Amino acid sequence: MSLSRVRFVEGAKAVSPILLGAVPFGLIVGVTIAGTDINNWVGWSTSWLVFAGAAQLVLIELLNSGSLAAVAIATPLIINLRHAMYSAALAPHFGKLSSADRLWLPYVLTDQAFVISASRYEPDSDATTIKYFYLGAALTLWVGWQIGTIVGITLGAQVPAEWSLDFTIALVFLGLLAPAVSTRPGLVAAVVGGGVAVLALDFPNGTGIIVAATAGVVAGSIADWRLHK
Amino acid sequence: MSPWLIVLLVALGTYLTRLSFIGILGDREIPTSIERPLRLVAPAAIAAIAIPELIAPAGPVDLSFDNLRLFAGLIAIVVAWKTRSIGWTIATGMTSLWLLDWLF
Repeated sequence: MSLSRVRFVEGAKAVSPILLGAVPFGLIVGVTIAGTDINNWVGWSTSWLVFAGAAQLVLIELLNSGSLAAVAIATPLIINLRHAMYSAALAPHFGKLSSADRLWLPYVLTDQAFVISASRYEPDSDATTIKYFYLGAALTLWVGWQIGTIVGITLGAQVPAEWSLDFTIALVFLGLLAPAVSTRPGLVAAVVGGGVAVLALDFPNGTGIIVAATAGVVAGSIADWRLHK
Repeated sequence: MSPWLIVLLVALGTYLTRLSFIGILGDREIPTSIERPLRLVAPAAIAAIAIPELIAPAGPVDLSFDNLRLFAGLIAIVVAWKTRSIGWTIATGMTSLWLLDWLF
């Protein structure tokens, strides 16, 4: 087996435990899409156009509730801003790849692909390892996600509400939150972000999340500044 | 605005966010003045979505014992903290919710 194939398989294997969480999450997103008035094709297209579950859910809710277009666009993008952080962390490694690779690999950049790759890369990793390990993880996840959301849309209303499957959404976020609050500024950002979100529950058109996330970043930055001054 | 256009704009914005540093930075270092606030977007935005799901699952704030999602969520937080695994967090969180629902 060529090195590129070995690395691809390694990446796919490394991401498989995470698929256990991602595929049910995809199912939920699909079931949610089917339960709205939004055209299923528009809803499913978010899976391969946006390819970010949390942002998709929020986008679908905002589209369905007839929010302002500006809010429906801005809120998922704020949720997706964390990808800039991943992009920054991966940039030194991806700098070893061709410009064509640097242009298309970010399309499949997700929380999971980032976590898996960042923990595998060494400062002296070669270009083949960087590209194919990442692709093994990211494309496996992409395929699982597309299948999960399609099956979810197809099952649609047949999933009984008593299963409370929508709770997995909160659980996915809690799982993502744990590593992000390991620093004091991160914890401050989360506590303030979560607290303001509860206070801003009645804000119209989903603007509460934007206000809360901004407040969290500001509070966390102040904590960060006090820590480093 | 048409839903298609909104989805396309979100897709474009998301792609550009993912491309950002990989596209412009090459193999140079990121200025810490940009990197530090960026690190905080994830905890702030994720908590802003997750915490209301636990404290106010049905809309208004509910801190009573009837709010099973709050308790299942607290168990999941401990598991998330200890295991750092989304899979285990979902498994224990859902099992806790079903058990609590069955018990009470």
